[in-house]
Amino acid sequence: MKLTLKIWRQKNADAKGKFVTYDFDGASPDMSFLEMLDALNTKLIKARIDPVAFDHDCREGICGACGMYINGHPHGPGKAITTCHLSMREFKDGDTIYVEPWRAKAFPVVKDLIVDRTAFDKIQIAGGFISTNVGSAPDSHALPVEKSKADEAFNSAVCIGCGACVAACKNASAMLFVSAKIAQFALLPQGRIEAKERVQAMVKKMDELGFGNCSNTGACEAECPKEISLVNIARLNREFYCAKVSP
Amino acid sequence: MDKFLGSCVTKKLVMAIAGLFLILFLLVHLGINFLLLIDDPVPFNSAAHFMSNNVVVKVFEIFLIAGFLIHIIWGIILQVQNWLARPARYKKTAFSQTSFFSKYMIYLGIIIGVFLFIHFMNFYFVKLGWVEGDHENFYGMVNDLFQLPLYIVIYLVSFLFLAFHLHHAFQSAFQTLGLNHNKYTPVIKGIGLIYSIVVPLGFSIIPIVIYFFK
Amino acid sequence: MTKLDAKIPEGPLAEKWAKYKASAKLVNPANKKKLDVIVVGTGLAGAGAASSLGELGYQVKNFCYQDTPRRAHSVAAQGGINATKNYKNDGDSIYRLFYDMIKGGDYRSREANVYRAAEVSNDVIDHFTAMGVPFARDYGGNLDNRSFGGVQVSRTFYAKGQTGQQCLLGTYSSLNRQISQGTVTMYPRREMLELVIIDGKTRGIITRNLITGEIERHSAHAVVLATGGYGTIYYLSTLAVNSNPSAAWKAHKKGAFFANPSFIQIHPTSIPQLNEYQSKLTLMSESLRNDGRIWVPKKKDDKRVANEIPEDERDYYLERRYPAFGNLVPRDVASRAAKERCDAGYGVGKTGLAVYLDFRDAINKQGEKAIEAKYGNLFELCRIITGINPYKDPMHIYPAGHYTMGGLWVDYNLMTTIPGLFSIGESNFSDHGANRLGASSLMQASGDGYFILPYTISNYLADDIKTPGISTDNQEFEDAEKSVKERLEKLVSINGTQTATSFHKRLGEIMWNYCGMSRNEEGLKKAKQMLKELKEEFWTDLIIPGDLNSVNQELEKAGRVADYFEVADLMVDDALNRTESCGAHYREESQTPEGEALRDDKNFSYVAAWEYTGESKPYILHKEELKFVDVEVKERSYK
Repeated sequence: MKLTLKIWRQKNADAKGKFVTYDFDGASPDMSFLEMLDALNTKLIKARIDPVAFDHDCREGICGACGMYINGHPHGPGKAITTCHLSMREFKDGDTIYVEPWRAKAFPVVKDLIVDRTAFDKIQIAGGFISTNVGSAPDSHALPVEKSKADEAFNSAVCIGCGACVAACKNASAMLFVSAKIAQFALLPQGRIEAKERVQAMVKKMDELGFGNCSNTGACEAECPKEISLVNIARLNREFYCAKVSP
Repeated sequence: MDKFLGSCVTKKLVMAIAGLFLILFLLVHLGINFLLLIDDPVPFNSAAHFMSNNVVVKVFEIFLIAGFLIHIIWGIILQVQNWLARPARYKKTAFSQTSFFSKYMIYLGIIIGVFLFIHFMNFYFVKLGWVEGDHENFYGMVNDLFQLPLYIVIYLVSFLFLAFHLHHAFQSAFQTLGLNHNKYTPVIKGIGLIYSIVVPLGFSIIPIVIYFFK
Repeated sequence: MTKLDAKIPEGPLAEKWAKYKASAKLVNPANKKKLDVIVVGTGLAGAGAASSLGELGYQVKNFCYQDTPRRAHSVAAQGGINATKNYKNDGDSIYRLFYDMIKGGDYRSREANVYRAAEVSNDVIDHFTAMGVPFARDYGGNLDNRSFGGVQVSRTFYAKGQTGQQCLLGTYSSLNRQISQGTVTMYPRREMLELVIIDGKTRGIITRNLITGEIERHSAHAVVLATGGYGTIYYLSTLAVNSNPSAAWKAHKKGAFFANPSFIQIHPTSIPQLNEYQSKLTLMSESLRNDGRIWVPKKKDDKRVANEIPEDERDYYLERRYPAFGNLVPRDVASRAAKERCDAGYGVGKTGLAVYLDFRDAINKQGEKAIEAKYGNLFELCRIITGINPYKDPMHIYPAGHYTMGGLWVDYNLMTTIPGLFSIGESNFSDHGANRLGASSLMQASGDGYFILPYTISNYLADDIKTPGISTDNQEFEDAEKSVKERLEKLVSINGTQTATSFHKRLGEIMWNYCGMSRNEEGLKKAKQMLKELKEEFWTDLIIPGDLNSVNQELEKAGRVADYFEVADLMVDDALNRTESCGAHYREESQTPEGEALRDDKNFSYVAAWEYTGESKPYILHKEELKFVDVEVKERSYK
């Protein structure tokens, strides 16, 4: 496959970046998108050019490290996949592919396609947990949980923290990410105890970090590699109002 | 500013409540407008008179004005924040499966706002006495206006954009209120779709009838 | 030869841990605040330990190379986590889990440690549940269990196919709670490059900030390594591509013995390599073998598409060779059989390194719906990665390196041979012997981090309460930093022509071919020579663009590959030394007439702990004899 790659290159956080065009002949339809970039990098390294930096780790769609904005979509075309699972079969010989980093004020570019997503950690640190002391937990069966609730909590909990929701949102809002965590804990009895404090603290932190506002567009849901639902955002809203009005 | 306006969730809630209030008002307005289709000017003029002078309506009017202002101001604040949240734009964008018109709410809102200003110039400000006109015969004024093709075109286009605006707004307001349910959300979306077509269509029929058939 | 002291408490097996806990020294809360602990790694073991120690009141510094602790590779575990709750009333008990693990490990693990791992397994489940981990539940609202890895009881707790992810995110949340309380300080995007020892005690580490390139000094009263395994030694494996043994290896070179390095589990059902650029092998759950039939064409180099090959020209080799177990033979047997067929030239796919896993018969019998309900997500994954639709055409599978049972040698305290240096989770060697049982890695990692280390490290630190905060201005820190910088400069100054990845691939190929599923003396000796030559080539022809003072992913890779050459050398030594076959380690010289693995308990019932003595100097082998008091040592047979 012959491709024209237009990749965002930026030396470091302070540098001014630009798109660099690479005419790349050497992709195969069997490759994943990241493997195609590996192949490009090998070529660049041999030409003594700094290779394209990008985050990646498990390469099986679960760690959430990889993520780039490919031809207008976070994680590229294809539904419910991460960049590492994006196959080059999705592209045709002769295609031009734009590769950009996540764009958001809260996710500054570190280098090339690597962005700083510690904002997500900060939101979790603000309250994304259940305050239980290690070792003092009661027997698991002391607290039955309705199966439908447990399953729903699981569906919210599968978020991999990749940031595609923020990247996809026209407002760079982190609502889907935050709401998935809120919903997971709000649905479980052990998480209800701190539900009020949690939702307020996490929303407050999210606002502080410069994410945009949710406009219920649904791009986050459409692009989420784990298909996390907008229902979570409605639940966050509900939890938030209830927390505000309750004494 | 956030101390006063609250979190992003609160701001959206204010936006949604104001929006829903305006959606309700549209129905009342449409009901009165239908009186224009009667050949007799009395019913419409009495309704207009009632709306201008009744004490309850006067109180309601304050809420309505507040609703408009809040919806506009909050909308602008939210939009500015959203723009600031992504200082560097993407070079290449594509469409994902989304609520399509939500991406253009601010632009649709601006167009509707411009129309609203024209509308106020023609009627509401006349009623207040700020602009010259016969506020005892709105029926006549409407009929005069709807003889102007340019005005009708502006009017129709504005309502088309209102339809787009409502298409996203209706269901979005419920989502913001925290009401999203596997079973009922499709129903809400359905009602929203019907509302966003029927109401602007209802408004649009009137000038056409007046222009062609009266 | 030094005699290794595992410091196993006296007394009956079932009472050892309780006795230990009752008599272990404690540190009072006021003193805990003055003690610093470094934890490297944020997987289940690392983040579990960091949050537990933070909870206890120690000042913890937690490090990981990823951008956030939530990405540690525990996240990728699929199947489940074992515990002896006996919720199914099917006769499970601590002893039975202990027994299964000892037997599964082919009698090469330490009884007392394994028993303790089984003992704390229930606490792990309770703790995860309390933290909000959404394990699967039944309609009564109770936790559900499934049977896993061929054991006779249902003791595996699971969260669909994402148990590891859910457990890790639970652990990440408790870590976040400690960070919010100020007891744990998180240092992401840091790679540990050296261990600092002062007066014989571990006192800190040197790290490289992967963003700024800054070399940083961090001191502590004790250091905990929870840095995972070295499965990426084969280059292609089921591990995260950045997983690496460098931290453990630095510790080893500073005096921590490395135990049973040749024990690596090869998983039989992974998606095979599709092209030379492939970077990763994705696991397909073992459960697929319940309905899929494994075969290759009877004719060599058969180029026809699978569905065009008639039934009588297909070789269902597992069913042929193992009529009793068929496609359900244990992992190591299935892996070796696949390799044998492919080596003999019957492999399929572009590379000839794959076998078919065929669902045609199962779909004909049970219907597509039933198969979809069971394996829908796995079929979809296969389709995404390979483009093959398993409902129509057979999947291609091949074995892949998966889990390392070997690791840093630790005693009952989980302390290495360097005082104050602890090793937990996959990075130590202790609980899985020569072969790991399914769903026990999450269990052991969490048990180590949450429920064992907090006791044993306190027992150690109790003697250190008078030591004030360690200054990083010590000469030892100075020297360590200097050596780190020198090595990095040496790497970038080679300025050759070949990339770190290309060396890693070639290294992986040597290891996979000669020290993989099946090993023999001749091959191992050949590998040793090849490794030596390749290592020389590496140090003369490596290229790293970029500099030391910014993000430099090539530099990171090169450092790890440099360490891998040394790990590989020791792995080969260990495999050469162990002339028996046991667990995942199969020496062709040691087999039964039927071609099954033959253990040699008389000569090899020991843990091989290797001591580093210096660059190019021979290793010293220390043997920890394994005594089996509470289980009868039996032959592991599948007949």
